[in-house]
Amino acid sequence: MEFPVATKTQHEQWTVENLVFRKYNLFEDLPHHAQTLMLELRRDEHIEYLMRGLRGLPASFSVLDANSRPWMCYWILHSLALLGELVDDELENNTIDFLSRCQDPNGGYGGGPGQMPHLATTYAAVNSLITLGGHKALSSINRRELYTFLRRMKQPSGGFRMHDAGEIDVRACYTAISVASVLNILDHELVDNVGSYILSCQTYEGGISGEPGSEAHGGYTFCGLATMILINEVNCLDLPRLIDWLVFRQGKECGFQGRTNKLVDGCYSFWQGGAFALLQRIPSVSEEQIVLPDVGHCTLDTSHTSTTSRISEVGNSSEGTSSQVDDTGGFRQEGLKVPFPVNYNDIGYDFINRSVEMKPLFHAIALQRYILLCTQAENGGLIDKPGKSRDFYHTCYCLSGLSICQHICSDADSPVLPRAVSGPYSNLLEPIHPLFNVVLDQYHEAREFFTTHRAPFNSEVLH
Amino acid sequence: MSSSSSSDEERRWVPLRSRPEFSDVIPVEQDDGPNPVVPITYKEEFRETMDYFRALYKADERSLRALHLTSEAIQFNPGNYTVWHFRRLVLEALNHDLHDELALTEHIARGNSKNYQLWHHRRWVAEKLGTSATTEELRFTKNILSIDAKHYHAWSHRQWVLQALGGWEDELDYCQQLLEEDIFNNSAWNQRYFVITRSPFLGGLKAMRESEVCYTLNGIVARPENESSWRYLRGLYKDDNSSWVNNPQISSVCLEILNAKTNCVFALSTLLDLISHGFQPSQEFTDAVDALRISDSEQRDSDVAKAACFVLESVDPFRANYWQWYKNKHFQNA
Repeated sequence: MEFPVATKTQHEQWTVENLVFRKYNLFEDLPHHAQTLMLELRRDEHIEYLMRGLRGLPASFSVLDANSRPWMCYWILHSLALLGELVDDELENNTIDFLSRCQDPNGGYGGGPGQMPHLATTYAAVNSLITLGGHKALSSINRRELYTFLRRMKQPSGGFRMHDAGEIDVRACYTAISVASVLNILDHELVDNVGSYILSCQTYEGGISGEPGSEAHGGYTFCGLATMILINEVNCLDLPRLIDWLVFRQGKECGFQGRTNKLVDGCYSFWQGGAFALLQRIPSVSEEQIVLPDVGHCTLDTSHTSTTSRISEVGNSSEGTSSQVDDTGGFRQEGLKVPFPVNYNDIGYDFINRSVEMKPLFHAIALQRYILLCTQAENGGLIDKPGKSRDFYHTCYCLSGLSICQHICSDADSPVLPRAVSGPYSNLLEPIHPLFNVVLDQYHEAREFFTTHRAPFNSEVLH
Repeated sequence: MSSSSSSDEERRWVPLRSRPEFSDVIPVEQDDGPNPVVPITYKEEFRETMDYFRALYKADERSLRALHLTSEAIQFNPGNYTVWHFRRLVLEALNHDLHDELALTEHIARGNSKNYQLWHHRRWVAEKLGTSATTEELRFTKNILSIDAKHYHAWSHRQWVLQALGGWEDELDYCQQLLEEDIFNNSAWNQRYFVITRSPFLGGLKAMRESEVCYTLNGIVARPENESSWRYLRGLYKDDNSSWVNNPQISSVCLEILNAKTNCVFALSTLLDLISHGFQPSQEFTDAVDALRISDSEQRDSDVAKAACFVLESVDPFRANYWQWYKNKHFQNA
C-alpha cells in the first residue's frame, strides 16, 4: 500500500489547521456563557494598542518608514473608527498637520514629508482625513493638484503607475479611482481604458491578479472588482467565474486564504469578505434570472470611449461594433433604468443605498469565529493567524472584515439583528462603505463636503 | 545576522558629518512638524543618512557620491521608493554599469524579498540590460522560488522576463518539475497556463489542449481534492464552452470520482458547470449523485442538477448559500 509523502503545501496547511482547530475544539467544549466570553471582541485592549501606535513607534518601525506612515495613520484611525472611538482634538490636529507635510505641492501624498507622491500613500492619506472628518481635515486636501497627479500617473494602456516611473498594477488602478471617486473628481479621462486593463488581469481561475498573467489573488481581486464597479463596468468581468473562485477561498479554518491552496490569513477577511459585500449589491448577481449561455453583454472593444455603451447594468450594450463578443456565459441584465450619461461621482453613493436582496454567498458567522477566536492577540491588536505577531495592517483588515460580516445582511440604514453578530452584541462595529473601506458616517460627511465644494476647484485654504 | 558581503556592513559606521567627501553638504532634517503622529524613533545612523540624502535629493545632485549614499539609504530602508527612484536618475546621469544593481538587489532580497521597490528596480535594470540579462533573471527568480515556490513578486518578474526578454525553452519543464514536487502549488499551475498560452515555441491554447487535458486529468484522478487542477482544467476551455461540454473524458472522470464517494466537491461542481452549459447526464450520473445523499430526509430530486446542489449544500456547508444561489440562477426552471 502506498503512503504518499505530504507535499509542502499539505504540510503547511495541516500545521495551520492543527493550530486553528486546537482553538475551536477548546471553544466547543466550553459551556455557553464561557463561549460568549471567548467570542468577545477585546475592545479596550485593541484601542490601547492603537492609541499607543498613533503617539509613537519604536526604531524597529524604520523599515516601514518610507511607505507606511500615512498607511499607519489610516490603519490606526480606521480601526479606531470601526471601534467607535474618537481621537482627541490634539491628535486630530497633529494628524492633519502631519499629512499636510506629506502632501506634494504638485498633488498627491508621499510616504513621509518630502517624499515623492505615491498612489498608495495618497489613498491612505485621503482615507485617513475622511475618517477624521470635519472641515479642517477635508479642506486640507488639494483636489486640483491631486487630480493633476492622477492624470500624470495615468498610462495610455489604461492602468496607472504607483509613482513617477513606478510600477503599474491593479492596486494602482484601485487607489487612483477610489480616491478620485470619493473626492468627486473622477472623470472620463481617468476612467478611460481602466476596464480593459483590469479585464486582462482576470485569470483562468476567475479571480484577479496584480498584472496580466500573474496568479489570482485576494487583494487584487478586491481592488479590481471595486474599481470596475466605480467605473461602471463590473458586468464586463466574468462574474460567475469570479464568484466561483471567491467562494472557495473560505476554507475549513473558517477564514479566507488569498490564493488557491495557500494559507488562511486574517487580512483576507476584508479583501475576500469585502468582495462579497460588493457582489451582493450588483443587480446582475442578486437577481434571480436564467443564465443564457454564450451571451456576451460586454465587448472587449475599448475604442468606444463614450459612456453610451456603458450604461449601468444594461445588457448587450455593444453598439454593433465589430469586436468579439465575450463568451463568458455571464448574466444578462435587462431593463434597468439608469440616468444617462453616467455620473461617475454618484456611483459610490448610489451603490451603498441599494438594498441588499440576497443572502451572503460566504459563511459570515464562520468568518467571524475565525476573526474573534484566532486573530485577537494577547494585549490588543489583531493578527494573521495563530502564532503570528500583531501589526496595524492586520488590525485594520481583520476589524474591517468583522464589520463586513456583521452588516452583510443589513441595508445601510437598517439595524443589525443579533443573530448576525457572533459573540455578544457589543461586538458590533461601525458599518463601512465597502468600495472605499471608510466608516459609513465619515463617507457620508465627505460626500456632502466634496459635492458641495465642487470642481472647478476652489483653492481650499486651511484655517 | 546578515551574511552579506557588503563592505558597508563590515566597516564600522562612520558618521557622514565626519566623512571628508560630504564636508560641503548641509544635511536637511525631515520636516515632521512639531507634533508628528506615528513618529518613529529613528536610530542615529538612519536619521543622519536620510538627512544627507534629502540634501542631495533636493539639490538634484546626480553624482557618484549620491549613488553611494542611495546604497546606504536603501540598506537602512529598502522600501523607500523615493531613494530608489533617485538612484535610477543618478544611474542614468552617470551612465553607470548596471550589473552592480543586480548584486545590490540580490543582497536586499536576502534580507526581505517581499518588497515592491526592489522588484521594480530589478525590472528596470533588466529592461535596460536587455537579453544579456535573461539567463541571470531566470536564475535569480528560480533561486527565490526554490525557497518559496509561491513567491508572488518572483513569479511576476519571471513572467515579465519571459515576455520581454525570452527564455521560454525550458519553462514548461520547469513547471512540470515544480508540480512533481508539489502538485498543490497553484502558482506553478498558473505559470503552466501562462506558458501554454503564450510561449512562442508552443502552438497556443487550442493546440496544447489535448495533451494538457490528459496531463490534468491524471492529476485530478490522483488528487481529486486538489482545487488547482480542476481550475486549470476549466481554464483550458476558457471561451470555448461547447468543447468543454463535448469532451467525454471530463464527464467520465467526474463520474469516476463521484462513484468513489470521496473528495467529491469539485467533481459535483464540475458536473453542475457542464450541465449548465448543455451537458445531458446519463442515468449513471443520476445514480451516482443519488448515492451521495447524506440522509433520506434530504429532498430527492429527479433533476440531477438540483440533486447535486442539494448534496453540495450538505457536504460543502461553508458554501451552502452559494449552492442555493447557484441552483436558483441556473436551474430555476429546469
